[in-house]
Amino acid sequence: MIENIIVIGAGQAGAQAVDTLRREGFKGRLILVGDEAQLPYQRPPLSKKFLADEMTEDRLVFRHQAFYDEHRIELHLSTAVTGIDPATKTVTCTRAVSIGESSIRESLKYDRLLLCLGATSRLLTCPGAQLAGIHYLRNLADASSIRKHIKPGARAVIIGGGYIGLETAATFRKMGCEITVLEMADRVMNRVAAPSVSQYFADSHASHGVKIICNSRVVQIEGLNHVERVLCADGSIHDADFVIVGVGAMAASSLANAAGLNCDNGIVVDEFCRTSDPNIYAAGDCTNHPSLHYARRIRLESVDNAVEQAKTAALNMLGREVRHDRVPWFWSDQFDNKLLIAGLSEGYDQLILRGDPAQHVFSVCYLKKRALIAIEAVNQPKDYMAARRLIADRTPLNAAKIPDTHILLKEAI
Amino acid sequence: MPRIVFIESNSRREVLATTGISLMEVARQNQIEGILAQCGGACACATCHVYIGQQWMDKLPAKEDMEQGMLENAWEPKDNSRLSCQIMVSEALDGLEVTVPERQG
Repeated sequence: MIENIIVIGAGQAGAQAVDTLRREGFKGRLILVGDEAQLPYQRPPLSKKFLADEMTEDRLVFRHQAFYDEHRIELHLSTAVTGIDPATKTVTCTRAVSIGESSIRESLKYDRLLLCLGATSRLLTCPGAQLAGIHYLRNLADASSIRKHIKPGARAVIIGGGYIGLETAATFRKMGCEITVLEMADRVMNRVAAPSVSQYFADSHASHGVKIICNSRVVQIEGLNHVERVLCADGSIHDADFVIVGVGAMAASSLANAAGLNCDNGIVVDEFCRTSDPNIYAAGDCTNHPSLHYARRIRLESVDNAVEQAKTAALNMLGREVRHDRVPWFWSDQFDNKLLIAGLSEGYDQLILRGDPAQHVFSVCYLKKRALIAIEAVNQPKDYMAARRLIADRTPLNAAKIPDTHILLKEAI
Repeated sequence: MPRIVFIESNSRREVLATTGISLMEVARQNQIEGILAQCGGACACATCHVYIGQQWMDKLPAKEDMEQGMLENAWEPKDNSRLSCQIMVSEALDGLEVTVPERQG
């Protein structure tokens, strides 16, 4: 009999899991533990509308307190989990209380435990990396403290030209900051996009006055008490009032690791979101999970994956047999451009451009054995939406017809 | 506060909406189950698709290309389809009728 379920991690996956558990009829005690003070909230706007002051904190929140009260979901916020003991099925944690900066220790029993631990920023290790004014962007507190630096003319150096780096660059630039992006590889977004897409976004940033410097390795950050300049291996020096670091993230699996769960680039789970312990499940960015579609193990940093794995885990904790089987999708907003990505491009044997980057609407299609396996669509929602279905169905396409934009992508067969 | 009527699985629910937020956010606050809104209002997933009462269609701001393109490949699009994340709620929408599709995507 399952009477107690604890969900650790109150991000996108954790919030979804408690919702699904109640919706699917779980009547027992349900606890959601989160280390931040806020009600569970969505993170994607943190680098975009929230950072730009176009969206208030209240609108980031998934559900208001009344929802959790109504559904008897106990929120243990400002609570850091210190350990998990699978043998006694106990979670120990400390809850911060504002009075006198003390904290309360508590231990909680579970019958089933769900880990939605997310990912943590990869940290800069060069000399000066600890200086004040150097920021990472993962949560609301990070975004709020970054926002204080934003004013017309402020000089920001952004280390890393991936999603976080380029989205914050666009946001800062729109608010009048002077931006330099330092990217170690020979092009921006090199891990997530084709060269033509990288080039399009680099050009777009340049046209808005963002300075992007590729092949640029940061070796030191200097400043008296606060960051003043960033030094690169080629000897270049970039003055900075503040620095944003977006050089990737790692699965937050240390709690799981300490509890003896099988971890390898994330918490290892099967397609039912089960970890190596029969009472413990995991979902979201923290998992290394099988992709049934691509027949290999993957780890994703993705909203859709967090939501869908959380639903799958919730159902399986209630004894249903449901497999997680999704084609991943992602998006990025930078200035007026929207990048929509579906599928995973690794292993493709053909790369086909559809449309004209000069017209600001185009797609890059990745094929493997004639079937579409991934798409990167720039301001092109029709191709993207059609591609999600084509990828899932493994529909064989006629490569010769794909570049012809007079033919709908779904009819290029 | 404008009243919005959500019609889901043939049941009608009238809610009082906050202005200045999107129709999708009103749905989420009121636990309208069939509006998933996975991307949170970024016009990137088409899982907040709704059908708008016909008499309201010309009272709403026109669709942008991005929304139009998303909708064409949403689940069972009709001429009164909209993405609820792209509609901001105002007093002018008092009485708006919104039908939730059987499924999203």
